Amino acid sequence: MSAHAEAITESHTPTPRQNEESADSLLQIRDLKKRFSLSGDFLDQLRFKGGKLVRHQEHVHAINGVNLDIKRGEALCVVGESGCGKSTVARTVMGLLTPTEGEIRYDGNRIDNLSSRQLLPYRKRMQMIFQNPYASLNPRMTIQQTLEEPLRLHHPDWKRPQILDKVEEVMRSVGIDPDWGKRFGHEFSGGQRQRIAIARALAVDPEFIVADEPISALDVSIQAQVLNLLMEAQQERNLTYLFITHDLAVVEHFGTRVAVMYLGTVCEIATTATLFEKPRHPYTQALLSAIPRLKDDRPQHIRLTGEVPTPVNLPSGCVFHGRCPYANARCKQEIPVLQTQDDGTRVACHAVEEGRL
Amino acid sequence: MALLEVNNLDVRFALRQGEVHALRDISFSLERGERLGIVGESGAGKSVAAFSLLNLIAKPGFIAGGTVNFDGQVLNRMSERGLRKVRGNRVSMIFQDPMMTLNPVLSIGEQMVECLKAHRRISSKEARAIALDKLRQVQIPSPDKRLDQYPHELSGGMRQRIIIAIALLLDPDIIIADEPTTALDVTIQAEIMALLLELCEEHNVGLILITHDLGVVSQVTQRMLVMYAGRVIEQGPTREIINDPQHPYTQGLINALPQMATPGERLNQIRGSMPSLSNLPSGCAFHPRCDFINRADGQPRPACTQQVPEFVQSGNCRVACHMVAEMLEDRRLKEETS
Repeated sequence: MSAHAEAITESHTPTPRQNEESADSLLQIRDLKKRFSLSGDFLDQLRFKGGKLVRHQEHVHAINGVNLDIKRGEALCVVGESGCGKSTVARTVMGLLTPTEGEIRYDGNRIDNLSSRQLLPYRKRMQMIFQNPYASLNPRMTIQQTLEEPLRLHHPDWKRPQILDKVEEVMRSVGIDPDWGKRFGHEFSGGQRQRIAIARALAVDPEFIVADEPISALDVSIQAQVLNLLMEAQQERNLTYLFITHDLAVVEHFGTRVAVMYLGTVCEIATTATLFEKPRHPYTQALLSAIPRLKDDRPQHIRLTGEVPTPVNLPSGCVFHGRCPYANARCKQEIPVLQTQDDGTRVACHAVEEGRL
Repeated sequence: MALLEVNNLDVRFALRQGEVHALRDISFSLERGERLGIVGESGAGKSVAAFSLLNLIAKPGFIAGGTVNFDGQVLNRMSERGLRKVRGNRVSMIFQDPMMTLNPVLSIGEQMVECLKAHRRISSKEARAIALDKLRQVQIPSPDKRLDQYPHELSGGMRQRIIIAIALLLDPDIIIADEPTTALDVTIQAEIMALLLELCEEHNVGLILITHDLGVVSQVTQRMLVMYAGRVIEQGPTREIINDPQHPYTQGLINALPQMATPGERLNQIRGSMPSLSNLPSGCAFHPRCDFINRADGQPRPACTQQVPEFVQSGNCRVACHMVAEMLEDRRLKEETS
């Protein structure tokens, strides 16, 4: 064992496991940051100020230093409210956005700085399912064409019969009648469209799927169908999921582990069972208590005051301090980092660290 | 007589392809201060039901039959002029998207004063004072500042609070809220729902809450209607329906929720999807998706595919299902023989 690894052993007790963990993680996100410019191009940024021409820039800080490890075969759920950067994480992982800072490693290899040609072999291994099946299917392509396209791109050597067989197989596996191949996307209902989008993702036999709110646009009875389909696919094909959602009930059902995000940072990572049983971070606690349950025997809901701050001007210190009932002076100045608790949960909160909570 | 009584309401849309029956035979009542939930999936007709209460159905839709009795008046036979005195004044509405309902070119104060002056003969100054008071009630920070702000300057949760303040402006008897929290985040959603509930209780305002979220309905309302393909299929006290749903669709809907299954297990899905209103199956509209169309002897029940089910009384609930009717009939016969 190297000296570096030994040093870690001394400081944290569960290190041998941690080492293993990083070895079998399929995807690693390290210190990921993403900023979007709000100020337009160079000429738009120029302003007159006190008789001088100055350059004025504003950014949306969508992700501010996110570290995540996704292990093979697990479903990592990322939850958070709108604007917390969860979709940006998904898109950056897929290479649809370039990170401002930080690294993304897939199977040990860095993928965030690759050209689209270099990324092609990875695109075959990782696929994405989007939120809105009304927007993610090309309206001018038949279902057959939609499903053939990824196969043609990723298997240029395949002959036509092979492609047709694969399309038929994948259509069957998501419960779409292969005879419907000549139809267009608009002829299907939302649930069926999402099935087709899943079929498209599964067509190239990926090992990793990023699903960005795949069921939020669907009705309750259809949500269950699609969620079952995703779980079946996971078992049959041994898929790894990065599952983005705002619906905690879905997370509880689907996720192996959960990462809770708030304003571009991860505030708690835990296994699903631990998170729901014992949420540590005050934001996670509030989030969990806000789920409207059918049979409600829980104590009083934690009602947060105030609104989520804008990611344009991030608050100092802990991003949650403005709405946190436990915030003190330290929270307003110092940014908390994720710290491992005895049961493996990682929480970024001064109050938890100091034992105030 | 109840404050609001809806009897056999029937709404149709005259489309070029033919008439679409959007709402069939809806009947319910609402007492003063009572909270009623209308649940269903998209396309079930819950919003049409809400709009038709105030005769807000736009062409090509029309109310083809039935009555909406509100405090002794039949709303669907009233003139536009008469209706205007009811809308926003005694019955107000809250819609899903607060950005769509607020006028973007008027300040919050102007919109509130306009609403007050349309219904009451008061000075702008008095109206402004009432507006300020309502903004305080919905717990908006620095309300006097908000009055001069425009909708785009406020966040989604804040806008929905303003909408609630406007809905309460004229001390209505009933608020109809059509998916009031769907566009909001989970934590904000919980705040807004709690606020709405509090204000309704405090002012003894009736609430008709339209939503697809069974969790919200179970927490907020006292009675509920479950809608499917333009029809009510089950109605009764919320607690009883949630704890012991009778109709196979209601059962399916509740069991399909992830919180009802053991984590990691398969969810109990309902197969297929809701039929479009222009192409309803014969008999019970739910029969192609129903797991209970077979009788105890394994043969399919002919009534399910041929006959539209009538309501039967089961405990405190009314259910439109042949299976439930048969079960109740069996039970009655058994009791008689014993």
